[in-house]
Amino acid sequence: MQPVLVLVECDGAEGAVCVSGYRLLGMARRLGSPVAVVRRPVEPRVIAALGRYGATRVCVVEDMAEPAVGTAGAGGARGVASTAVAVHAISELAWQMSAAAVLVPSDREGREIAARVAVRLGSGIVTDAVDVFADPDGPVTVQEVCGGAYRVESVVRGTAPVITVACGSAAPAPAPAEAIAEPAVELMRVTLPEADRRVRVVARTRKPDRRPSVAAASVVVAGGRGVGSAEGFALVEKVADALGAAVGGTHAAADLGWCPHDALIGQTGAIVHPRLYIACGISGSVHHRAGIQHAATIVAIDRDPTAPIFRIADVGVVGDLHEVLPALLEELARRRNPAATEAI
Amino acid sequence: MKLVVLVKHVPDETVDRPLTDGVFADDLTVDREALTCRLGEPDEYAVEQAMRIARRRMDVQICVVTMGPPGAARALVRALALGADEAVHVVDDALHGSDAQATSLVLAAAVRRIGFDLVLCGTASTDSGMSVVPAMVAERLGVPVACEADAVWAGEDEVVVRRDAGPTTDDIALTLPAVVSVTERVGEPRYPAYRSVVEARGKVVRTWSLADLRIRPDEVGLGASATVVRSVTPYAGQGPALIVRGDARDAAERLASYLSEHQLI
Ligand SMILES: Cc1cc2nc3c(=O)[nH]c(=O)nc-3n(C[C@H](O)[C@H](O)[C@H](O)COP(=O)(O)OP(=O)(O)OC[C@H]3O[C@@H](n4cnc5c(N)ncnc54)[C@H](O)[C@@H]3O)c2cc1C
Ligand SMILES: Nc1ncnc2c1ncn2[C@@H]1O[C@H](COP(=O)(O)O)[C@@H](O)[C@H]1O
Repeated sequence: MQPVLVLVECDGAEGAVCVSGYRLLGMARRLGSPVAVVRRPVEPRVIAALGRYGATRVCVVEDMAEPAVGTAGAGGARGVASTAVAVHAISELAWQMSAAAVLVPSDREGREIAARVAVRLGSGIVTDAVDVFADPDGPVTVQEVCGGAYRVESVVRGTAPVITVACGSAAPAPAPAEAIAEPAVELMRVTLPEADRRVRVVARTRKPDRRPSVAAASVVVAGGRGVGSAEGFALVEKVADALGAAVGGTHAAADLGWCPHDALIGQTGAIVHPRLYIACGISGSVHHRAGIQHAATIVAIDRDPTAPIFRIADVGVVGDLHEVLPALLEELARRRNPAATEAI
Repeated sequence: MKLVVLVKHVPDETVDRPLTDGVFADDLTVDREALTCRLGEPDEYAVEQAMRIARRRMDVQICVVTMGPPGAARALVRALALGADEAVHVVDDALHGSDAQATSLVLAAAVRRIGFDLVLCGTASTDSGMSVVPAMVAERLGVPVACEADAVWAGEDEVVVRRDAGPTTDDIALTLPAVVSVTERVGEPRYPAYRSVVEARGKVVRTWSLADLRIRPDEVGLGASATVVRSVTPYAGQGPALIVRGDARDAAERLASYLSEHQLI
C-alpha cells in the first residue's frame, strides 16, 4: 500500500492530538497506509493513539534552528516558521515516499501549507473535502458547494494530490483491531532556507479583556428578545467575555435597553464579519440577518425549533438559553483547565 | 511602491440566490454567462487596503489584475472606479476551466511581468472559495506570504500584518516583496464617487493572452486540471450541519466540542 501523508496537529492540552488528526487518519486509511507528520516531540501515549487510528509511521519534524517548535505556549501558539517547516517536510516526504495523497486540516495554516506543497509537487489540490475515498482512477473527493446545496464528487489525477479536509466532516473512528500496529517513529530535521525566515512574528499580544466592538470583532455573542431581561443579558455578556467576544443585540434588545444602541446588529445597525457568531434568543428576522450574512460560522440557541435563524445557522441548539448558556460557561471553564481534559 | 491587487469576477450572490438549476454548464464548470457577476466582495477589501496604503505615501502605483472571460473586464472597471490606477486582464480561450494550479501559474506570470513590491488578494473568492491562490502565487514567485490579515501596515522594506491567532493577536513582518491576503476586517470599501466612475473609463486596461505570458495552452484550462468533476448532485441536507437538542449540559458539551474542533474557541 502506498503511503498517505497526514499532517497531525498536537495542540490539545498537554500535547494531545487534535480531533482533526484522528479524522484525517481515518480518511487516509481508505487511500493507503497513513503516515502521521507531527511538528513537536510526542509522548509514547500519543504515538499509541495515532496507531489506534491507523498511523503506520509517525514522522516527527523539527526545525534545526528552533528545535523546541511547539513547546512554546499552549493552545498552538507557534511561530510562523513552523508553517514553512511543514511545507518542507511534507514536500520532501511526499516525493521520497511517492505518497498516494497528502491530507491536511482545512484551517488557515492548513490551506497555506496545502497551497505551497501543491506548487512544489506540481500536484492537484482540493480544498474542504467532506469525504475522501479510493477509486481506480485516483482518490475521489466529496465537496459541498453553494452553501451545501450541491455535493460535488471529483477524481484527482496525477501524483500526490493535496487535499484539505473540512473540519466538520465525519466523526473519527479507530482502525479495526487487526489493522493496528505500533507505528514506527522517525525524526526528521529540516533546515529552512534563508528565504523562509523572511516571515517572522514581531509581536504577540494576548487578546485584551476589554470587549471589542461588534463591527471589528472576530467573535460576536448576541442576544435578542428571548434573553428576557436586562439581568438575562448579563449572561450573554459573560459568555462573550469567556470567548473574548463582542456583545451584540437585535433591535428588540436595544429598544428594551438591554444592550447599548451601538451594539445593534442588522440592516439599521452594524454589519459584522466575525469567524463565529452566537445568536441567543434571536428569531432571525430578515432585518437582523442582513447584518450577519458575512459571519463565517453561525451558532443559534433558541427554544423554538422553527425560528428562521436555524435556516442560516451552522449549528442550532434547540433549548432554553437560560439553561444552555450557564452550562456552556461551565463547559468552557472546564476545557480551559487542562487537568479536566481527558486524553482520547 | 508598486501594489498589485488580484481580483476575481464572481457570480453575484445577492442577485442569484438561491442558486438553482442552470448554475453548472454542461462541462460542470460554473456557468458564468448565465449568472450576474460582479467584482468579488473580498477583493473589494483588497483594493480598499491598497487605497489606504496609497493615501499614506506618495509613490504608490496600484495595478489590478484579473484572469477570466471577456466579461471579467467589468470587475476591473469597478476596481479602477474604487481607485486603482491601471488594470491587466488575462484572457484566453484556453483558460476555460482552469484549476487553482493553472490560475496561480497565470497570475504569478502576470504579476512578475508587471513588477511588484506587494501583492494584495482577497481571503477567498466567493465562488470557488478555496483560499489557496494567494499562497500558491507567492510560492511560485518565491516570496513570503501571510494569509487572512486583519490589518496591514506597509513600510519601506517590509509589510507588517495583524492576524487573529485564537488566544492571541499576532503581528507578522514580511520582507518585501511579499503577498498578503486580507479579511473583511481591514475596513469597509468606500462607495465610489460618480466622478471616480467616470474617470475609470479613461484608465488603461491592458489585455494579455497566454502567449504574452509565455504559457502554453496545454498547461492551463480544463484539460490540464488535476481534478475531474464526476458528479454534481443537489444535496437535501439544508439547514444546520449540527442540531443539538435535549439536556442543556449535553447540548453545551456538544456545542463546545464543535467549537473547539473547528478551532473557533
Ligand atoms: C425597517 C426596519 C429595520 C429593522 N432593522 C433591524 C436591525 O437592523 N437589526 C435588528 O436586529 N432588527 C431590526 N428590525 C427589527 C426586526 O424586524 C425584528 O423585529 C427584530 O430583529 C426581532 O428581534 P429578536 O430576534 O430579538 O426578537 P424576536 O423576533 O421576538 O425573537 C425572540 C426569539 O427568542 C426565542 N426565545 C424566547 N425565549 C427564549 C428562551 N428562554 N430561550 C431561548 N430562546 C428563547 C424565541 O423563540 C424567538 O425566536 C428592523 C425592523 C424594521 C421594520
Ligand atoms: N481568476 C482570478 N483572477 C484574479 N485573482 C484571483 C483569481 N482567482 C483567485 N484570485 C485571487 O485569489 C484570492 C483567493 O481566491 P481563491 O483561492 O479562489 O479562494 C481572491 O480573493 C483573489 O484575490
